[in-house]
Amino acid sequence: MTANVKGDIAPGSWNPKRDRARMVQTIVKIIFGAFAAISIFTTIGILATLIFETVAFFQEISIIRFLTETRWTPLFASKQFGIFVLISATVMIAVISVLVALPLGLLSAICLSEYATPGVRKILKPILEILAGVPTVVYGYFALLTVTPFLQTFLPNLQGFNALSAGLVLGVMITPLVASLSEDALYSVPRSLKDGAYALGATKRETVVSVILPAAVSGIVSSLILAISRAVGETMIVTLAAGANPTLGFNPFVPVMTMTAFIVQITAGDAPHGTIAYKTLFAVGMTLFLMTFALNIFSFWFVRRFREKYD
Amino acid sequence: MQRFAQKIKSAARPARLAYSFSILALSASLAACGGGTAEDPAADVSAADADSGVSGEIQIDGSSTVFPISEAMAEEFQIANPDTRVTVGVSGSGGGFKKFCAGETDISNASRPIKEEEVALCDEAGIEFIEVPIAYDGITLVTNPENDWAQCLTVEQLNAMWSPDAEGSVENWNQVDPEFPDEPLELFGPGTDSGTFDYFTDEVSGEEGASRGDYTASEDDNVIVTGVESTSGGLGYFGYAYYEENQDQLKSVEIENEAGECVAPSRETIADGSYNPMSRPLYFYVQKEAYDTKPQVKAFVDYQLDAENGELVQEAGYITLPDDALAQAKSRVEEGKLGKDPI
Repeated sequence: MTANVKGDIAPGSWNPKRDRARMVQTIVKIIFGAFAAISIFTTIGILATLIFETVAFFQEISIIRFLTETRWTPLFASKQFGIFVLISATVMIAVISVLVALPLGLLSAICLSEYATPGVRKILKPILEILAGVPTVVYGYFALLTVTPFLQTFLPNLQGFNALSAGLVLGVMITPLVASLSEDALYSVPRSLKDGAYALGATKRETVVSVILPAAVSGIVSSLILAISRAVGETMIVTLAAGANPTLGFNPFVPVMTMTAFIVQITAGDAPHGTIAYKTLFAVGMTLFLMTFALNIFSFWFVRRFREKYD
Repeated sequence: MQRFAQKIKSAARPARLAYSFSILALSASLAACGGGTAEDPAADVSAADADSGVSGEIQIDGSSTVFPISEAMAEEFQIANPDTRVTVGVSGSGGGFKKFCAGETDISNASRPIKEEEVALCDEAGIEFIEVPIAYDGITLVTNPENDWAQCLTVEQLNAMWSPDAEGSVENWNQVDPEFPDEPLELFGPGTDSGTFDYFTDEVSGEEGASRGDYTASEDDNVIVTGVESTSGGLGYFGYAYYEENQDQLKSVEIENEAGECVAPSRETIADGSYNPMSRPLYFYVQKEAYDTKPQVKAFVDYQLDAENGELVQEAGYITLPDDALAQAKSRVEEGKLGKDPI
């Protein structure tokens, strides 16, 4: 029917050569598909290796020993595999860093999005973002050579390597992450809500605290969780400044060993393939992966559950 | 230790290279002159080395502690003998002996004497070997400069701090000796891959590898230096060369030796044996057959034992053998004295 509109072309005779175009399309599709597949297969490969070696580990060491022992000495003659020794250190440092990053990051986000004039914001924001660009090894030495000696001037019990300064500096490192993502969340709160609050006679502080913050809470929490999983996986700062002494407990003044620091310790030495030290590496890696994975799932769930939609 | 040794070695390399090149040039010109060199025996020797026409491969493996010495020697040796190819591996003392007794290597480095079971392994395979000491090292215990109580420690006290039983229980200096102050004891040491760890645990706990696990263990001795330096109750151990390099930041502890005297580690006390039991000889083991049948292996062994090359041992951070021990080692090689026979 439509062919008849053209009039002088008989049905079926409009037959341009599209073979080349189709071929190009197919090739492009394959190329893009292949690149997308690489990242998927990498993830699957990493997961498979982790699972495979972790299973091998648990065939030798029971999961009960892994979860209940109170020492972590897999390289020594008296082997013990209490993963909570490493988890306690990791959690302690992550908590310290969040205690720094939450107020710093959230308050700077509020300042940037609500209080700062465009001129101030133009200067403040890049400065804050520079923090994110500092290499972690620099942060590590900063914690070890500057923060620790400074803290020691009024905390004489503080050891040379300690969880406290590593956690504090780690907190500074993740602050831009919290600040920048929280600012996005605050910024996307619709103008009409703020105007409504002002129209009701609310002050700026009341508007920020009772309207903008609750409206942006899902974004703020997800930024925080992203920052926590960054802190949990951070390696260089804790390796340099927190030491490598596996002790169970939450004393921030003494050297501790996080999961990442243990992985560094093993890979810096010589762990032949197939030995228990080698498998331990994967068991710890798996634990680390599960922790960050759980955090991410929680963050997804939280965002979905508490997101406020304003259309 | 290794990293450090490599660092100083690479710093010294240009100078050494220049030196070797000048020797090479000198010997070449002397050789060109013909017979007129007899009045200078030293030059004659190096001329002979360069012109000896030694060629072929030399396989070395073993201790990572001895590695810096071997590597430095191998480098210089290959410059003097361009047709040779020396491969130095690092499998640890034990790993090296496994390969050595399987006939895979010509020379095996070790930071401890060969064990009886390793001798048996070599016997089984029909491998005969000569044990040659190459240098001394002294494990040095270091504390924070503020530490004024631990002047001299006994092996028993070290055992109280470092044995597996101490894990989780000994955490204060006053538990080591009631006269020591109430100060948290924070320990730093090499990791389990280190030969220094093997030797130290053997001497202190009576069993190789038996150590508490709750201390800051690092393969990088820089970490031990930083830790002890910044912790008032810190105590750590590593090879003597490292202490020498960091004397300003750290204090060494005297060790009560077998004669009951407190001896501080120094080049002299390590060399004369009074700093015991923490000083140890480093060895290499050469396969007898390779020494007899491969001229390049013989040339390399002689090169390692040449008193002039003691400088390379010093540069690698170790203490050269005293002259009589070196002479003894040389005569042992020349006589072809087989088997395990520590000096």
